[in-house]
Amino acid sequence: MERSNYILYKIGFAVITLLAVLLFNFVLFRILPGDPIKLIIHSPRMTREAQERIRASFGLDKPVWFDVQRLERGDVLGAFDTQFTAYLLNLLRGDLGISFATRGGVADLLKQRVWRTVILVFLGDVIAIMAGMAIGLIGAWRRGTRLDAGILLLALFTWALPTFFMGIILVLLLGRGRLPIGGMVTPGLRPADGLTYWIDVGKHLVMPTIAMAIVYTGEYILIMRSGVMEVLAEDYILTAKAKGLSTLRILRDHALKNAMLPMVTMIALTFGYTVGGAIQVETVFSWPGLGRLMYESIQKRDYPVLQGTFLLLAASVIIANLLADILYSVLDPRVKVE
Amino acid sequence: MGVIGALMLLLVVSVAVFAPWVAPYDPYERVQVTPEQILTPPDPQHLLGRDDAGKDVLSQLIYGSRVSLTVGFTASFMAMVIGTTVGLVAGYFGGRIGNVLMRVVDFLMVIPELPLMLVIIAVMGRGLLNIILVIGLLGWTYTARLVRSQVLSVKERQFVLRARSVGASSVRIMTRHIFPQVLPLVIAQAVLDISVAILAESTLAFLGLGDPTLVSWGNMLNFAFERGMSRRAWWFLLPPGFAIVWVSLSLVLIGNTLDEIVNPRLRTHHLFDPRRMIAPTLAVRPAQEREATEPT
Repeated sequence: MERSNYILYKIGFAVITLLAVLLFNFVLFRILPGDPIKLIIHSPRMTREAQERIRASFGLDKPVWFDVQRLERGDVLGAFDTQFTAYLLNLLRGDLGISFATRGGVADLLKQRVWRTVILVFLGDVIAIMAGMAIGLIGAWRRGTRLDAGILLLALFTWALPTFFMGIILVLLLGRGRLPIGGMVTPGLRPADGLTYWIDVGKHLVMPTIAMAIVYTGEYILIMRSGVMEVLAEDYILTAKAKGLSTLRILRDHALKNAMLPMVTMIALTFGYTVGGAIQVETVFSWPGLGRLMYESIQKRDYPVLQGTFLLLAASVIIANLLADILYSVLDPRVKVE
Repeated sequence: MGVIGALMLLLVVSVAVFAPWVAPYDPYERVQVTPEQILTPPDPQHLLGRDDAGKDVLSQLIYGSRVSLTVGFTASFMAMVIGTTVGLVAGYFGGRIGNVLMRVVDFLMVIPELPLMLVIIAVMGRGLLNIILVIGLLGWTYTARLVRSQVLSVKERQFVLRARSVGASSVRIMTRHIFPQVLPLVIAQAVLDISVAILAESTLAFLGLGDPTLVSWGNMLNFAFERGMSRRAWWFLLPPGFAIVWVSLSLVLIGNTLDEIVNPRLRTHHLFDPRRMIAPTLAVRPAQEREATEPT
């Protein structure tokens, strides 16, 4: 199949996946035990009529999926006037509901926090990818030596280490050092200018980034090491060696380039784990991003925020995977649909 | 490395089995403590100190191994059964059924696992059974892919054709002829999955979604983080964390070794240092030695 077909297929898959996540999110929220309105209304003195009015204002007086009675009356369009349709329309308008805890819009809350997570994940992942690729390459080249065994052991160790525990160790080890270990800005800081403020934020970012980078470096070492090992066994490596190329050139121009291709897919696939890691690291270091938001909304049972954050995280991972698939098809035009 | 891993695992399993005899105190028992006894550092009576409720940390650590191992083994077993079945069916029948199954796998793989687990457990409740079910039901995708790709090559072999020609049914061919061929790979993967499940359980518990009625390493870390962090209660923070590392490292070492045995990928390559080559067959040796003695 041609490349354009491949890309169309991948876009189609991403759209279906997104729709399935939307559906899942909708269903999960409906099977919550108890009446959602009761979670908002705390006053027992509120009259039934007032309760019903609040219910109607949230659209909860409508049927969930499909209005069979209105369809029987011949009102086809009206049959879709349901909770599910309202949910989809609200999403299209960027309305993710209202937080139980702050009574503010969930979308605004997410908008405020999303960049803090993006920058943490980006920095941590980029450092981990570069370090993991370099170390993995050396490990594969020196396969079977003490150096390789050491690298493998190190990678397996960080793989066995829970991300949040890495954060806790860093706090205990370096907590009394000069770098801050919690929050995003020094409390009470009245920045004289923007620069002082951003330097302070940058300092707070160092520790969470290190924690993320260490844990995910191990993962990329393992992926890169096995990828390069496979490439090095290919015949074109033997050809390159027979031509008299130096080891450095073979590794750089022949092995690295070919091993990087599958890395694109692997980086996208591990992106979901990286997001999971961000939740843990943000929790340990009180970095006020989406992950910390998820932790806080679990503590407060703030379901709308929890659902909204999940939706945003899932959508970004799905889109990141789609972009990786498209990038892959540009880098390697041989790909086609299975 | 595999033997070291097995010994490490054996130690934890025996501690978990004999917990009531090994542990100096019963962590489920109520204790009367004075405020001074809260979060006290290690002393001869309490080798790992006391926690935020004045309980012995070492005893909790010993009992906590039971929860981790239970979750790890049951969830990974579930994942193994589902993944193998899906992989066998998808690989053997291929076509439309296979396509649909593999799209389900792709779908589950692309959704971030931890946020999904958090949302489900937060809504469904944090009982041990729910935790095991969520980890098991979400963790089978990699096994399914692995099994499918193996089945695709195994089913082309002669013995499958032979079995079919003597009238064996599809189910029989899958269970009796193909399944034994993929079993070693599945087991190596299942061992790795146990560590994944243990890590997932402790992460959920750390984030406040562990079974509140049980003493588990993740719950301990949650309490230690919430209440012991400001006092730098390392005796409460570090032991459960390193216990998790110990178990999952042991499983990773076993799994990795099994994987290298049953999955004889390329043991060597073209840039391999010939001096480090383990003695190959006699026919190749002269050439090897010549290369080795040459200055490089």
